[in-house]
This record gives sequence, structure tokens and C-alpha cells, in this order.
Amino acid sequence: MGPMASIVLETRNLTRVFGGLTAVDHVDFALPKGQIHALIGPNGAGKSTFVGMVAGRIPRTRGEVWFEGEDVTELPAHRRIRRGMAYTFQITAIFSRLTLFDNVALALRTRTPRKVLAALDIVGLADRARQISGDLSYGHQRLLEIAMGVAQAPRLLILDEPTQGLAESEVEDFNALIRRLSVDTTILLIEHNMPVVMALADAITVLETGRVLASGAPAQIQADPLVQEAYLGIA
Amino acid sequence: MDFGPHLLLATFEGAVGAAVLALTALGLSLVFGVMRVVNVAHGEFFMLGAVAAWFAASHLGGHPAIGFVAALIVAPIFAALIAILVDSLVLKRVDYDPEATIVATIGILYIIQQATLMTYGPEARPVAPPFSHRIALPWLEFTENGIEFYYPWGLSVTTYKVFVIAAAASILLAFRLFLSRSRMGLVMQATRIDRETAQAFGIPVGRVYSIVFGVGAGLAALAAVLIVPIQQAHYLMGGDPLLLSFIVVIIGGLGSIRGTVMAALLIGMSDGIISVFFSPTLAKIIATVLVAMVLVHRPQGLYGKKPA
Amino acid sequence: MSQGLRSTVLHLMPICVLLVLCFVLPAYHRDNFARILVLATYAMGYNMLFGYTGLLSLGHALFFGAGMYGMGLAVLHGGLPAAPAFLAGVATAAVVSLVIAALALRTVGVAFMIVTLMFAQAGYLLVLYFGSWTRGDEGFVIARDMRNIGGFDLTDPVTRYLAALALFSVVLLTIARMVHGAFGHVLVGIRENEARARMLGYDVRAHKLAAAVVSGTIAGAAGAAYGLLFGYVGATFISVQYSIYPLLWVILGGAGTTLGPLIGTFFMFYLIDWSSGLTSAYMLVAGMVLVLLVLFARTGILGEIRKRWVPWLP
Repeated sequence: MGPMASIVLETRNLTRVFGGLTAVDHVDFALPKGQIHALIGPNGAGKSTFVGMVAGRIPRTRGEVWFEGEDVTELPAHRRIRRGMAYTFQITAIFSRLTLFDNVALALRTRTPRKVLAALDIVGLADRARQISGDLSYGHQRLLEIAMGVAQAPRLLILDEPTQGLAESEVEDFNALIRRLSVDTTILLIEHNMPVVMALADAITVLETGRVLASGAPAQIQADPLVQEAYLGIA
Repeated sequence: MDFGPHLLLATFEGAVGAAVLALTALGLSLVFGVMRVVNVAHGEFFMLGAVAAWFAASHLGGHPAIGFVAALIVAPIFAALIAILVDSLVLKRVDYDPEATIVATIGILYIIQQATLMTYGPEARPVAPPFSHRIALPWLEFTENGIEFYYPWGLSVTTYKVFVIAAAASILLAFRLFLSRSRMGLVMQATRIDRETAQAFGIPVGRVYSIVFGVGAGLAALAAVLIVPIQQAHYLMGGDPLLLSFIVVIIGGLGSIRGTVMAALLIGMSDGIISVFFSPTLAKIIATVLVAMVLVHRPQGLYGKKPA
Repeated sequence: MSQGLRSTVLHLMPICVLLVLCFVLPAYHRDNFARILVLATYAMGYNMLFGYTGLLSLGHALFFGAGMYGMGLAVLHGGLPAAPAFLAGVATAAVVSLVIAALALRTVGVAFMIVTLMFAQAGYLLVLYFGSWTRGDEGFVIARDMRNIGGFDLTDPVTRYLAALALFSVVLLTIARMVHGAFGHVLVGIRENEARARMLGYDVRAHKLAAAVVSGTIAGAAGAAYGLLFGYVGATFISVQYSIYPLLWVILGGAGTTLGPLIGTFFMFYLIDWSSGLTSAYMLVAGMVLVLLVLFARTGILGEIRKRWVPWLP
């Protein structure tokens, strides 16, 4: 296996312009297989827009997206998902009038109870399978959303602020879950919670006003004076 | 009649239709623009205006002009009151949810239409115009002696129809002044542009909605009063104005008086001209399909802006 | 009882009851029920798109009419026997719904409603415009001797009732199966949260298109059957009113329930039947029911029952 084959996700020159505002500005990005990669940056830095373009949810203005060595730039979102990406929304997006069972079954593409319950069990919600998901607490809804992402058995899991609204103990369970998953899943994570980032990430990319400010190992990023000034200093 | 004079006549008839359509569509556009809802019962307020005009004309004796002037005042107020009732009894309660409002106003459409059938009856009834004189129009012809004017047989218009065009134009101008100068008009504009901010600045949005819905219905009724001496009052007459107003609003864009008037002219004139030379049915088929295609190619919807 | 068994029993029960009713009901009501069964089939088709997929069409009369005219014109001008004419009607509706849906699905929400309304209106006007072939407003009668399939005389009231019941049953069982299957669940997912469904890898557009074509084709089958069983084809059946009816029936009975369309059609049919005996303004009742439903019971009869007592109701 050559070095290129181990790159799961790559973007070249990826750019998005909204009206006069360049939300994502010529981002070159490469994500090696098996890595947990955190995307950080202040609000409005273009993180969600960037992962939205990776997943195909937001149309790009310029640039390319490569997934597992193939150009997926022209593919619609659902085809990228079918190729092995999974995406969880920043604002909880579940089928809130359906049961947890139905939610996960849609993600799994099967209604076999054993499999659905097993997928729910990963986030500890199996005993609530028959509840209407909209009745869950906010934290549980976030967990359900993560369960749906995991259920798809993706090779690239994109998580947009997954720990937002989770309780302290739930965050720890979340960290453990992500570590377990990272054995066979590459993870791209947008996260504001710096302890989570430091605990999980193998590498960090810092975005600011749509550009890559810095990229590297956590320790490196922490030590970077530019980053400290622009982001960590504020936090 | 030759083609030239015939076309002139068709254009004039088209202009009468366009004038009335502009008023009707303006009402729909206003409601749509400010309240963000589609009022499917709009055509029925038009019909109510025509029927109210008939009641006024037939219950006030004397010169037809007395009844007409009375109708000009009574019909819009009557339609507006019913509209305000609908707004407070139904639309406010579904919280102006776009789809629920459409379904509810379909129900209102049948209620108004069928209630009219029960009270006013199934007949089409004429209303006498307040005045009507025939004006023959000249046409020019090239002969060996140069250009000659003559009066082709059948090429004439009535003073009443000229009045309809003038009246509609004046009402449109007055309404424009009302929107840009009066306090109420500015409040409506503000609510149209940004409901939340308007509310934050203490504008009673609920009451503005009621008034807008009433004014929208009133405009349709006013248009009907103008047209009813030319076209009789009938309980099913609301369908065509509704369809054509939809078309105008979609083509002309929302809330813009100029857009509405321009689109009404375009649609009204072409409807008039195609109807004279081909068939009214064909004119409507072409218009409906064209508008459906316009909507299909603006998938952001009726009032959405194109995403950047 | 397993979910599948429960559902089978639930759907076979009304079919059996309706079968018995054929031989129990007085002639007048038996004929009414035959009409209700065909119209309920139309409503079930509508429910497919509105109730399960969440797309509110105001132009389904176009598909009902496409089936009816596809069948009727095949008999009138092509001299086709009833069975192939029926299939011609169904095929016409399938093609028309494919074309219209492919166009209309580029829009969403209110624009979708208006576009479907406009296309249906254009279809209605086309039938009037080509009056020399379609007999325009007057419509035409399907000759009695043309109305039989495989030796069964569709003009006989009992045969007609059974034919209507057969169509109804096939469609009901097909829909019930679909609702419990993967396709139905994806449609509900799209209805509930389109963006989420897309980001689970479902081709939302293709699913909506498929739902619209199935919906339009069922509506067309109902239209073709209506013309064949009751012997008349007319432009009224493409008018706006016939686009509003299925919406009314489905909202009344319960959108997104398998048996709601039947219940809604039944109540509305008899309500209108009763009120048209009192006044010619019978559509007043339809208008009032629509407004009351929107105000007080948006989920309809079965929707309320499901909400309060029977959460598993399909």
C-alpha cells in the first residue's frame, strides 16, 4: 500500500462563497485512514460549511473532494453517504416523531430487531427503543444521532459538535465510544470542547475566516503562537 | 373588420381586463407579501364584491350612478369585514402555517361560494353601468390620396370601459401613495420586510395582518365593482380572477406594486388578445402552463430569494 | 400477535365486512358503497403522496382524469374492450404522473401545491379545448355492451360492487405491505425530516418521484374503474373540485393511515349525499368540514384514534 492509498479524505482548493463572503477559502486538506481529526476554530470560521461540502450537503463554489482515492466532487450527498461517509448535524436532526427503533432502522437499512437494538445499545439507549425520539432529553437525542451515524458502519464519520449539550458523564462515554470506533473508522470532528479535542484528536486543523491557520499534532497546535493568539487565547 | 382595427379593439378589451386584474392581483400580492400565506379564497372576495354591487344597485332606486357609487363604498367594506372575520376565526388560529392556510382557505372558498348560492342564487345578474356612451374610433388607411381616416364598423369603445381603466389606474396610484406615505402603509411595509423586527419595535403584527387581509379582499371587491357592469355577477365568477391573479403574482414578484401592475398588463393584455383571435380556453392553457414552468424553474418557491 | 399478522388481520377484516355488505345492503346503499370503494381507492393513492411522503398535491384530479380518459378514449375511439382499455387508462396515468411529478418535484411546499394545481387546470382546459375528441364539458357515456370484463357484466350492480371491492382490496393490501416495508419507512423518513433522510444516504428525489408515480397510477386506476363501472367519462372529474376531494377525504379519515382514506371517503360521501338532499349548495358542507378539520383535528379520525388509543395503527 502506497502512502496515497491510506488517505481517506482529501480536499483540494475547496472554496465556498456566500454572496460576497468567502466562508471557506481554498482549503487543502488530507485525512489519513484511522485518524481522529479535530477541526477547530472560532464561530464563523467555516468549519460546518467545510464538512457540509465534504458530505455534499452544501454545494461547493470551487475545488474538489476526494474520498478513498476517488473524485466524489460531482456526486450528490446521498451517493457519498452510500460510499461510506456518515454525517451528524450540528443541530440535532432526528426523525423526532418516530421511535428510536425507526430512527436507527432507517440508518441501518434493516428492521431486524437484534441489529437495531445492538446499534442502540452502543449509546445505551436500547431500553428506550419504543419511545418517540422527540420525547427524549436533549442529551439523549444527541446520543441517538451519534448512534445513527455509527449504525451506518461508515469508513468516514463526520461529527459536527457532537458533545454540545451532553452532560459531563455522557461526554466521557462519548470519548470512550469514539476511541473504540476509531479502530476501523476515520473520524472528522468539529468540536468546541477543548478537553474533548485534546483527549481524542490525533491531529488538529485550525480554521480561521475560511482558511487553514495551522494543522498538526495536538501538542504542536497548542504550542503554535498564531493559534494561541487567534483561538486558544480567547477560549 | 380588418386585422388592424380588430387588433386595436382586442388591445383595448385586453387593457380593461388588465386594469381590473391589476387591482385583484394587488390584493393577493399584498396578503402574500406581508403575511406569507396564499389565500385561495381571494377570488371569492372578488365575487362578493360583484354580488354586493348588485345588491346595492338593485336596492337603491333612481339613476344607476347612485347604486354604483354606493357599491364602490359598500362592497369593499363588506368584503373586508368578512375577510377580517376569516382572519380572526381561522387564519390566526392555524398560526398562518402556509400549508394549513391553503387547506383552510379552500374550505373558506367553498363556504363563501356556496353561501352565496344559497342566498343570492344561481342566476347571473347584470348591473347597469352608471354611464355608457359609445365612442367610435377612427382607423387610418393608405390610399392613392395618402393617409385617410375612416370609422370602421364595429370599432368602438364605451365611455364606461375607458372609465374602468382610468379608475383602476387612479386606485393603483392612490394605493401606492398609501403604502409609501401613510403610517399604516409604512407599518405594512415594515411587517412585510421583517416580521420579527417589526414586532420588536412594537408594531402590533396581529392587527396588521387582519388589516392587510381585509385590504386585500377589499381591493378584489373593488375590482369586481368596476367590472360587474361589463360582466354579470355570478356565484362561480371567482375562479378566473383567482387563477389569473396567481399567475400575475408569480410572474410579477411579491409586494412590488410595479411588478404586479406590469405582470397584470402583460397577462391581461395577452389574455385579451389571444382570447379575441384564438380561444379564451387556449389563452388560459398557455398562461397556466407557462406559469407552472416559471415556478418549476424557480424551485426556491414563490417568495424565496435565489440562494447566493 | 406479531406486527405482520396483526396488520394482515386489520386489513382483511374490513375487506370481509365489505364483502358481506354487498349481499346485505339495500340496493341504493350498495350502489353508493361501490362508488365509495372506487373513490376510496383514489383517496388511498392520494394518501400515498400526501399522508406518507408529506407532499400536498392540489392536482390529483389530473391523474384520476388521465386514467378515466385514457380508458374512455380507448373505448370511444379505439374500440378497445374493457380490460385493455382499463390498462390503457392506468398506463396513461402512470406516464402523466411521471412527467408532471418530474417537473413539479423541482419545487417544494407552497410552490408544489400551486404547480400541481396549475398543471391540473391546464389538463382540464385541454380536455375542453379538444372537445371534438373528448366531448368537452358534456363528456360521453361508455356503451353498456362495452362494459364487461371476461364475461362479467359490469353493469350488473352486484358484479360492479365486487369489481370495485376487488380493486380496493388489491390497492389496500399493496399499500399495507408497502407501509410495513423498507420503501414505506423511507417515505415516512422523508416526510419527517428530508435533510436527515438524505444524509442517511437515501435518494430523496428518486423516492419522491416513485411515490408520486405510484400515487398517480393508483389514482388513474381508480379513474379508469370509475368510468368503466359507472359508464360515464366527463371533464368534471378533472376539475379542481376532484383534486380537493381526495385531500378532504384523507384529512378527514387520517393522513398516513392505511384505512383512513376509506373512512374519510365514507363519511364525506354520505355527508354530501345527505346535504345535497337539503340544498343545491352541498359543497358548503365540504368547505365547513375542511375548515373544522384544519382547526381542530388535523390528524383526522384514525390519526386521533392512533394518538389516543392505538399507537401501532398503520
